[in-house]
Amino acid sequence: MGALLYTLLLAAYVAFGGPTQPPAEETVVVLPGEHGKIGGVVVHRGSQEVVLDKAYASSHLGLDGDLERQQASPERVQQEFGKTVAALPAAPASYLLYFVMGRDELTDESKSRLKEVLAEIRNRPVPDVLLIGHTDTVGGNQSNDVLSRQRAERVRDILVRAGIKVNRIVVTGRGERDLLVPTRDNIEEPRNRGVEINVR
Amino acid sequence: MRGAIALAGLALAVAAFSAAAEDAGQIKTAQGSARIERDGKIIPAVPGAHVLQSDSIITGEDGTVGVTLADNSRLSIGPNTVMSLDKYAFDTTTYKGQMDASLKKGTMVVISGKLVKQTPGAMRIHTPSSIMGVRGTKFIVHVGQPSS
Repeated sequence: MGALLYTLLLAAYVAFGGPTQPPAEETVVVLPGEHGKIGGVVVHRGSQEVVLDKAYASSHLGLDGDLERQQASPERVQQEFGKTVAALPAAPASYLLYFVMGRDELTDESKSRLKEVLAEIRNRPVPDVLLIGHTDTVGGNQSNDVLSRQRAERVRDILVRAGIKVNRIVVTGRGERDLLVPTRDNIEEPRNRGVEINVR
Repeated sequence: MRGAIALAGLALAVAAFSAAAEDAGQIKTAQGSARIERDGKIIPAVPGAHVLQSDSIITGEDGTVGVTLADNSRLSIGPNTVMSLDKYAFDTTTYKGQMDASLKKGTMVVISGKLVKQTPGAMRIHTPSSIMGVRGTKFIVHVGQPSS
């Protein structure tokens, strides 16, 4: 009797793929986007493909190996996955600062924004700060990459003087890739020479 | 002696630099039992801890972890979960790169960031049976026993 039970258990074990693949179901649920936009997720299983591009669109892969499209609900998501959703980090905060033309000094408006930035950094339990410098389209791409980074470094110095730890700050330059005001090449545009501050 | 101190200082500087270069993100929230496994070593998953490419994050029955990645993507790992960040590359100037994460079991929530905005599909989540290509969204992935 014991031997029969053992054989049956072993057969079941092997049928489910042994230790590397214990039987498991897989569920994917798309949630409403934070800015209303949903680009979607494509679920691939072998040659099967399910596109989920609406809020609460869901796919379910059962133990029988069938990939099915389903519809989830806010209630079910809260009940089954609420704890995991609640563990998401706070959304990064974004600010844009400007210097007075040709001077190593922030504009008056940016000086008051800087106070908000510092408050946001101090409010976060383990803040890290990404500074992204930008340029207008005057000059070459490579020199603008360097220039945009230098601009971000000036903001880093300001933050460090205000007491933010330098090892919490990462500096980068985006050159002329993100124009706040789109222009043709070689156009002076002060609004494109800002430094973006990402507080996370 | 002075040479030894200088050498130690240099070694530290190099270590700090290489850690920064591979830094994929940071843990921002953590509750209950949670750990990072890196090269066979166990590191507590606490707020402020760095997450690197090839790290695994593992939670117990009461554990959750939230991570913000360099491209502003955000992940949360639910209870009883094993997730590994197999590949993470993000260029802060061009926004190009690639992310591959594997959910072995449990639950994760993903909000895609700049990487996917620049290159739809640049983020992929692998489960034991499927691959999710991310075009830009917030979504849940769960691998588990029926009704777990």
